[in-house]
Amino acid sequence: MSLAKRIIPCLDVDGGRVVKGVNFVGIRDAGDPVEIAMRYNEQGADEITFLDITASHEGRDTTVHTVEQIAEHVFIPLTVGGGIRSVEDIRTMLNAGADKVSINTAAIHNPELVRESAEKFGSQCIVVAIDAKRVGDVDGQPRWEIFTHGGRKPTGIDAVEWAQKMADLGAGEILLTSMDRDGTKNGFELGVTRAITEAVEIPVIASGGVGNLDHLVDGIIEGGADAVLAASIFHFGEYSVPEAKAHMAARGIEVRL
Amino acid sequence: MSGLVAVIDYGMGNLHSVASALHHVGADEVVVTHDAELIRKADRVVFPGVGAIRDCMDEIKRLQCDELLTRALTEQRVPVLAICVGLQAMMSCSQENGGVDCLDIIPGEVRYFGNPLSDAEGNRLKVPHMGWNAVCQKRQHPLWQGIADMTRFYFVHSYYVHAEDRSLLAASVEYGVSADAALARDNLFAVQFHPEKSAGAGLQLLRNFIGWNGTC
Repeated sequence: MSLAKRIIPCLDVDGGRVVKGVNFVGIRDAGDPVEIAMRYNEQGADEITFLDITASHEGRDTTVHTVEQIAEHVFIPLTVGGGIRSVEDIRTMLNAGADKVSINTAAIHNPELVRESAEKFGSQCIVVAIDAKRVGDVDGQPRWEIFTHGGRKPTGIDAVEWAQKMADLGAGEILLTSMDRDGTKNGFELGVTRAITEAVEIPVIASGGVGNLDHLVDGIIEGGADAVLAASIFHFGEYSVPEAKAHMAARGIEVRL
Repeated sequence: MSGLVAVIDYGMGNLHSVASALHHVGADEVVVTHDAELIRKADRVVFPGVGAIRDCMDEIKRLQCDELLTRALTEQRVPVLAICVGLQAMMSCSQENGGVDCLDIIPGEVRYFGNPLSDAEGNRLKVPHMGWNAVCQKRQHPLWQGIADMTRFYFVHSYYVHAEDRSLLAASVEYGVSADAALARDNLFAVQFHPEKSAGAGLQLLRNFIGWNGTC
């Protein structure tokens, strides 16, 4: 037995409510992130990622409260991302009970934030989220760039080089989302997943595009990812976490059963 | 009856999840503190830790948590559970941060996993060791009650413990090397993994701890 590959359900939360619908039999309120996180915990999820898409300041106070409640009831690691801009934001989320905080756009504007927060809180709690999009080939090799604003705004930064730089600055993990695949259900973009997992020594979570359980397997075996993140396939009850794990185990992947 | 459980807080990281988990498994009263009076009154003590070892050691000494811990172990003789960097801080020294002297409560070293690191089949292993790995129990102990051998617990660390006295080894974990996952000596049980983040198995270990009388 060795280290298990992780399955991480992701909740998109706006003002304390899960915004992409979640269908569980027997759940009282499909928008309550605490109830949903507890359900995934019971199903055997290895971690939970909580993506805050709240725009307003008042809403963000609600988010902190929600994180506190999840941390009180769910005894698996919890990552919180979305709108994290400063060391103070990170401290707030860690104090609320997050185990890891995911930094995305703020790392692009201020890479030193990654170094500073890793030194202050430890690399183990600093996840850098990378939204990558394929931008054509260079000398016959595919090239991926970092995009912001939900994949609309190019930054000109090479995704693989960026991942290495973030690891060097002290990131403990990379959350890699393919903007070409996010929401498509066509599976992970395996090229960029493989390129980044090979380029860095830290764990990589593959995200974006999962439509079926074979996609999870591909992310691990073809992409080399250490963990796979998915939202809709779990939310809408298409597949449960135990089904996903059984499928992966049947394909020879070590999972926590 | 757990009595009063004191979680020693030396200002490194959020300890609420440890406290919440202890409440969840039925601890009577949990305090997160570095107050000497409270810790002296405690019926059991948890010594957690996250972050870099040098910062941890600086704060442990500044707040005199080393003395409180020693007193709990040898004078109060209450059950003590050390977690992650709490375990690492108890060793003689760590390779982290260019080499740091630790509390030397348990003779032994904290070593870097090494980079590159690979498993027996030559597959590359990532550092930190992050995620759910199988804990191989090396001896019987009241804290393993109800937990099957090779149960997975959640780990997150880049440095691992190697105790000099191998008779203290309560569990090991394989990750390129064989790392000490748990050490046990008298009223002390120290783990590298995070029971407060290890779902049912972790909660069972904490439940065992709050019912433990401190003998093996």
